[in-house]
Amino acid sequence: MKIGVFVCHCGSNIEATVDTAAVAAASREFPDVVFATDTMYTCSEPGQDEIVAAIKEHNLGGVVVASCTPRMHEQTFRRTVERAGLNRYLFEMANIREHVSWIGKDRESNTNKSVDLVRMATEKLMRNRPLYSKKFDINKRVLVIGGGVAGIQAALDCADGGLEVVMVEKAPTIGGKMAKLDKTFPTVDCSSCILGPRMVDVAQHPNITLYAYSEIEEINGYVGNFEIKVKKKATYVDWDSCTGCGICMEKCPSKKATDTFNEGIGKTTAINIPFPQAIPKKAKIDPDFCTKIQKGKCGVCAKLCPSGCINYEMQDEFVTEKVGAIVTATGFDLFDWSIYGEYGAGRYPDVITSLQYERMLSASGPTGGHIKRPSDGKEPKNVVFIQCVGSRDKSVGRPYCSGFCCMYTAKQAILTKDHLPDSQSYVFYMDIRAIGKLYDEFTRRAMEEYDTKYIRGRVSMIYPQGDRLLVRGADTLMGAQVEVDADLVVLAVGAEAAAGAGELAEKLRISYDSYGFYMEGHPKLKPVETNTAGVYLAGACQGPKDIPSSVGQGSAAAAKVLGLFSKDQLESDPQVSVVDIKRCIGCGKCIQTCPFGAIKEMEFRGMAKADVIETICQGCGICTSTCPQGAVQLQHFTDNQILSEVNALCRF
Amino acid sequence: MPVLKGKELRIVGFLCNWCSYGGADTAGVGRFNQPTDLRIIRVPCSGRIDPLFVVKALMNGADGVLVSGCHPRDCHYAEGNFYARRRLEIMQRFLPVLGYEAERFEYTWVSASEGQRWQQVVASFTDQIHKLGPAPKIIGPQAADTLNQMAAAL
Repeated sequence: MKIGVFVCHCGSNIEATVDTAAVAAASREFPDVVFATDTMYTCSEPGQDEIVAAIKEHNLGGVVVASCTPRMHEQTFRRTVERAGLNRYLFEMANIREHVSWIGKDRESNTNKSVDLVRMATEKLMRNRPLYSKKFDINKRVLVIGGGVAGIQAALDCADGGLEVVMVEKAPTIGGKMAKLDKTFPTVDCSSCILGPRMVDVAQHPNITLYAYSEIEEINGYVGNFEIKVKKKATYVDWDSCTGCGICMEKCPSKKATDTFNEGIGKTTAINIPFPQAIPKKAKIDPDFCTKIQKGKCGVCAKLCPSGCINYEMQDEFVTEKVGAIVTATGFDLFDWSIYGEYGAGRYPDVITSLQYERMLSASGPTGGHIKRPSDGKEPKNVVFIQCVGSRDKSVGRPYCSGFCCMYTAKQAILTKDHLPDSQSYVFYMDIRAIGKLYDEFTRRAMEEYDTKYIRGRVSMIYPQGDRLLVRGADTLMGAQVEVDADLVVLAVGAEAAAGAGELAEKLRISYDSYGFYMEGHPKLKPVETNTAGVYLAGACQGPKDIPSSVGQGSAAAAKVLGLFSKDQLESDPQVSVVDIKRCIGCGKCIQTCPFGAIKEMEFRGMAKADVIETICQGCGICTSTCPQGAVQLQHFTDNQILSEVNALCRF
Repeated sequence: MPVLKGKELRIVGFLCNWCSYGGADTAGVGRFNQPTDLRIIRVPCSGRIDPLFVVKALMNGADGVLVSGCHPRDCHYAEGNFYARRRLEIMQRFLPVLGYEAERFEYTWVSASEGQRWQQVVASFTDQIHKLGPAPKIIGPQAADTLNQMAAAL
């Protein structure tokens, strides 16, 4: 094979610490290398044209580019060599930027290492074979996991684009966190009024199938052909006939059930509809609190239900859906603030979270929109807001900024004054992060028009004094200690990855960062893709986000899905395993280890042999290292190819 | 190219494409300085790594071999790293039988977001290998025969 080597300067990114000309010169000595040069920007148009020209001029059979990581530009250069008539797999990259020039300043060592990496790449390239993709049909349906505002946006955009959408929501109603909010910043618009119509659209859209109170049990398959097993949790109410009239809820004698929708402010009935605008507006029974289910006595709801839809014997149900792409929009959860002893660790009823306060402000909330102290139901006079509870705090493992707390605290301070004109709000903050259109103006309004006292400093202690709370903290601008008599303390609790995010990631085979937020394909350039083809991200599951960003990402994910489905067939990745039938002894070990069930047993002249189903194989190569005969080889990563790299490195 | 006048030792890394190779990239993007001894071979999954690759590298003169994959339960291929863990754990125990210190080999888990962790892994493993010094090399007139015999035995 005639090989051409192109060593990229990447401006000064590589050239500053690697002698690229020397690397090119050294490469010319390698076996099979007939051409080597260094170029300023190999990925630029002239850079690529140079590759094409060299392939034609020197009749090259393969190309090595020594530049950045293959995760960045492998696709680019594969297309380049293809333009020149070569098979796209007759190309290798040596990563001399991320793995060399950016991690050390010693020019001699870096140059030496770069030469090694190029040698490795050429040795592997010599053993590369042309590979060809196959086309396969795709199922143009999309699954949206999570029915918060991001998921709703993604579902509606896909459905409007003509795709069939399956939406799975864990809670009994869609709407997510936004449905719990009273108002939104910076317009102080009514949250449920702007979200409500979208939720109704989801329910009424002919292209959307909604599974509320359901979870993902299992995901199999691959891009274009996923098979999803959905668990419909038992609601004990037949949702096909439930009309959402609410009589059951009025008459249910068990009134001590946890009110998840209202964040535990107040209690609800064992059979309940989360809130008036719930979609679907259907009742469900909380079995832990239902007297009939727990003790076998009661049955009031069954007697009163006009459509007879109560069924105490209901079991979880499983349905299977086939889709071609998945949008993950599972959102976030609130940090468990009870770890903070200085804020009372949950002992003081009048220390509440921002989301609980939001429910209190909402007219459909447990207090009917009146601000009342949970302890005695009195109206508070002094309200203290504490920011950065569980964000920007290394000591609790949450060093990141949750992004939206500064803004909602300003909003809540404004709303407090609207509700209680005689009240006074105090905000303890670290920095005010109001980055967004009209955001800074909004926090200014809270301070200037609504007379909120902003105190820059942390709170060191909250303790009860009489029926009030004494908040002691520092004012770092004044260099003084401050004490505020508070009637109510609202903690701006930060966002963390949703409970169960890790388990879902395992089912989706996507990665998550050390905080549990899902990893995007590239931090700058692939914000909605994941590294698993056909799985996209929307909203706060990828990192804390406010509503406009979540909606934006929802639309972006939908656009990606629509783009993917604009073709009728997809090309399979030919880097799959292949069985050499002569060497295969039919032991079946590869069949056992394949995580995807991509290998089946077949009969060949009366003997059992392994057979790889190309469209299912994901190219992990577990079978290759399992096979005792070396009969299964993962194309492009065969034993010979990897060992040639080892040998290229260990020659001395 | 010979290793720079004894300044460097030969360390071979096998990294899975999805997590650790990405983690090493993240370390580069973040300019987390590292020793230059390590040479990285990219494989799709740590489950693709045949323990014999490690042995081959040592037999051919590597002074250390590092394997890194996705954290357990975070494998792009669901369970590849579990296979890797089992195989490599057993393999490591047999290294002394072949005449290599078990410390010349290590496997670890680094995710694509853990650039800083990758820096620490590389620095401490390189340090560990430098403390051990160069691995015993199969040299002399019978070197080729010995290597062939070992290869045949494997």
